[in-house]
Amino acid sequence: MLNKNFYLILIISLVFAISFWIGFNVNLLPEEASINAPIYDELFKILFIIGLIIFIGMTIAVIYSLFKFRKRNDQIGDGIALEGNLSLEIVWTIIPSIIVLLIGLYSYNIYDRMGGMKELNHNHEMMSSNTEKIWAGISQTSDNEIAINNLSIEVSAMQFAFLFNYPKGNFISGELHVPVDQKVSMKMESKDVIHAFWVPEFRIKQDIIPGQPTILNFTPTKVGKYPIICAELCGPYHGGMRASIIVEEESDYNEWFNKNKKSEVNL
Amino acid sequence: MTTLDSSKEIQKNNSDVNETHEDFRMFGLVTFLIADGMTFAGFFAAYLTYKAVNPLPDGAIYELELPIPTLNTILLLVSSATFHKAGKALLKDKNSDSQKWLLITAFLGIIFLICQLFEYFHLPFGLTDHLFASTFYALTGFHGLHVTLGTLMILIIAWQSRINGGRLNSQNMFPLEAVELYWHFVDGIWVILFIILYLL
Amino acid sequence: MTISIDPQKTNNESLQPKGWLRYFSFSLDHKVIGIQYLVCGFLFYLIGGTLASAIRIELASPMSDFMPRDVYNQVLTLHGTIMIFLWIVPVVNGAFGNYLIPFYVGARDMAFPRLNAVAFWLIPPSGLMLVASYFVEGAAQAGWTAYPPLSITTPQSGQIIWILSVLLLGGSSIFGGINFIATIIKLRRPGLKLMQLPMYCWAMLGTSLLVVLSTPVLAGTLILLSFDIIANTGFFNPVLGGNVVVYQHLFWFYSHPAVYIMVLPAFGLVSEILPVHARKPLFGYTTMVFSIMGIVVLGLVVWAHHMFTSGTPPWMRLFFTIATAFIAVPTGIKFFNWVATLWGGKISINSAMLFSCGFIINFVFGGITGVALAQVPFDIHVHDTYFVVAHFHYIVYGGTVFIIFSSIYHWFPKVTGKMLNEKLGILHFIITFIGFNLCFAPQHWLGLNGMPRRVAEYDPQFQFVNQISSLGALLMAISTIPFLINVFLSVRNGKNAGDNPWNALTPEWLTSSPPPVENWEGEAPLVEEPYGYGKEISEQK
Repeated sequence: MLNKNFYLILIISLVFAISFWIGFNVNLLPEEASINAPIYDELFKILFIIGLIIFIGMTIAVIYSLFKFRKRNDQIGDGIALEGNLSLEIVWTIIPSIIVLLIGLYSYNIYDRMGGMKELNHNHEMMSSNTEKIWAGISQTSDNEIAINNLSIEVSAMQFAFLFNYPKGNFISGELHVPVDQKVSMKMESKDVIHAFWVPEFRIKQDIIPGQPTILNFTPTKVGKYPIICAELCGPYHGGMRASIIVEEESDYNEWFNKNKKSEVNL
Repeated sequence: MTTLDSSKEIQKNNSDVNETHEDFRMFGLVTFLIADGMTFAGFFAAYLTYKAVNPLPDGAIYELELPIPTLNTILLLVSSATFHKAGKALLKDKNSDSQKWLLITAFLGIIFLICQLFEYFHLPFGLTDHLFASTFYALTGFHGLHVTLGTLMILIIAWQSRINGGRLNSQNMFPLEAVELYWHFVDGIWVILFIILYLL
Repeated sequence: MTISIDPQKTNNESLQPKGWLRYFSFSLDHKVIGIQYLVCGFLFYLIGGTLASAIRIELASPMSDFMPRDVYNQVLTLHGTIMIFLWIVPVVNGAFGNYLIPFYVGARDMAFPRLNAVAFWLIPPSGLMLVASYFVEGAAQAGWTAYPPLSITTPQSGQIIWILSVLLLGGSSIFGGINFIATIIKLRRPGLKLMQLPMYCWAMLGTSLLVVLSTPVLAGTLILLSFDIIANTGFFNPVLGGNVVVYQHLFWFYSHPAVYIMVLPAFGLVSEILPVHARKPLFGYTTMVFSIMGIVVLGLVVWAHHMFTSGTPPWMRLFFTIATAFIAVPTGIKFFNWVATLWGGKISINSAMLFSCGFIINFVFGGITGVALAQVPFDIHVHDTYFVVAHFHYIVYGGTVFIIFSSIYHWFPKVTGKMLNEKLGILHFIITFIGFNLCFAPQHWLGLNGMPRRVAEYDPQFQFVNQISSLGALLMAISTIPFLINVFLSVRNGKNAGDNPWNALTPEWLTSSPPPVENWEGEAPLVEEPYGYGKEISEQK
């Protein structure tokens, strides 16, 4: 009896150890390039470990049963007539409920840290009027701290391109340039069908919906060039609807900004 | 369209089930009406969402003239009562009374449809004018389709409840009961529609 | 009180054709209709599978080079629509439901045999129409979700035919649902209590409730969408003041329950198969029943988790996260109970058992990624990527299709009176299991790293992983060959099965194989303990 329990505990701790080891050592995600990314990866790691424990545990249980309880050639008759066990049922109702609830609360916390639960910025400076309704998005600024420093960009999506309007410089670019470590606030609207703005390295995505502007705020943390991907089927060239976001040092960004701004003024 | 056809289908089906069975045809009909009600629920949900979040173009308002729809509400409610009378008469094997009440019910249904069409022709907006117009026509049109179908079925059972050669009598009440339930259902939907579309 | 002892009147039975011809007739026999559903569904599975192969060939290279881009979108739309509406839903509901439910409730046929036949005969024409729309002006190309405004702006004829076809299939599904509810509630043999029914009845009851409550909403939505396309109304057209997000809400109000319409019957079927081959009673019958009903109730209030990146306010995201995650609880209970059913049994390792165990492993995996996807912050990154594609294929293929095969191995002897070849069956399982996991497991990584779904071209850095996935798809395509050979050989020369080759206790095994037209020669047996393995139930044996 003691022996049996010993093996059970050994196997369970092995499952946990393997899951934690994989969870901490196998990286399935692309690089982290915004302040959202490390927060997201923290959630991912925890979900990954819990998932691995359950998956490995269940798989072992199924395969073990198939071997251990397989019918030998000389056996006849049925297995034990065990119809259920109330305390077991209660255990595997309550424990998953608690796990699920904890995961839910934790992911709520994560979402809050990402800025998802903040009121959307109704006084966005690019709003044509204050009454315009913003539908959804992720906002890292609350209403009263609209940072004037915020870089505001207007995104319009159409089949099959993104256009980035820099209202302060009064020019439009096909590439999104942003300075590193600064909050960027984007108001997005589609000209035709639904598109989505996705930067995998930033772990953010927001649909761009015709007739209903959406908001997306983020802060890049790493200099580099990352893809912007349309993630909502938008027509035949959906797969080719991509753009680049270029995160650069503030001086480089200013140089780029002024160059474009000038060209606009000259016209 | 599919949902509408099926009510006929159920009836057709039910006619050849062994009479000695406990009658579960009504049960099937009720299930079907729940499904049909869900279609309306979807339309109502869409309408209420539009009303809450989608501004109409300038000049358009969510308001309608009330006299005709109020008359229509009364018509349908009275027709429910007359249908009930028809059922009671048939139960007492008074086929001609039953037939009379059925014809009155069908007549009320037809008047309802005429009033509805009259309203359509005198509305200041057309189907594609704005979102409210479209939802209005979709909702009332879908309901009107139900009324049309119901009226036709009433006329059929009125024909079947004739004294000689008719299939309906106090032993075979099912067709009448089924159409009656359907008719009450259509009335109920109208009352909800009237409250949501015209009064709110 | 003479409900099920009295033969169901199928008046014109003598007019029904005999032999194989009856499978092409408007037969009212629930067993014939069940086979019609299964064979028809399988033919569409082959079509849908061919389309899937075309997608995987296109994705073997990062460029769009195998077919034109708009054809690719048509192929993925048809693949999704066919697999959902013409293969999985009709087969797990229509085929097995029609075949088994009357046996399980001790009846001679379904409650409404004619409605049943109508429900089936709606399927082939609408399916053919859908496939044929490709040759008209191109099939629909807005994905199986048909999100407007894309579905309004793509070529109209294809989209309209798509809508018409889905409406007919939805109607078929509703008729089927009404029939199942009436049969299970009203047509039970006298003396048979609800809590004595085999688990598949409960699963079908729950499924049918979902069908009846949610399919009509899809029908209404598609009618509105067709108005937008034909009559130029603006329900979902932002140019005319419409609201595209309303469509998504209405669509997912059906299409999330549709997931349960696809997996709940599979849960029921596996609950029939495991006890028989493990020679043990189903563990925790009562909790299994409650967990099915729990899934039904929760399944109706979680739809917006498909819309976390659409226009949904934060409180809505929070509510739908919690509600969705909680579906894991009743689902988890079922899986723990199945493992407990295996535990301590005397398990025959055969094809049916292997496919069922494959189902448990695959579905647990898909369920775990499902709980992860329910978390808003997690979903925001992977929404509409290959991660989602991988997740739902683990649910519907690794889950439901595995159970369809398992059920075919389990009930083939009953339906035909012949055994399937076990060696070919196990070969079929091994190829399917390896191919499936090879095809879809790598797609999780693709989604996490930046490959959106429904694309014909992608970043070249993903080519190698995509090729692994395509290799898996090739194996899955190959896996149907031993299965088909097995079925054709066994129908002609298979070993005779006898009435009850598995020594099972559920009622369908207590009649001859194949069963007679009205299911039993005499009175329907009263099976009070369908899972009474390991007990003395001399009367029933």
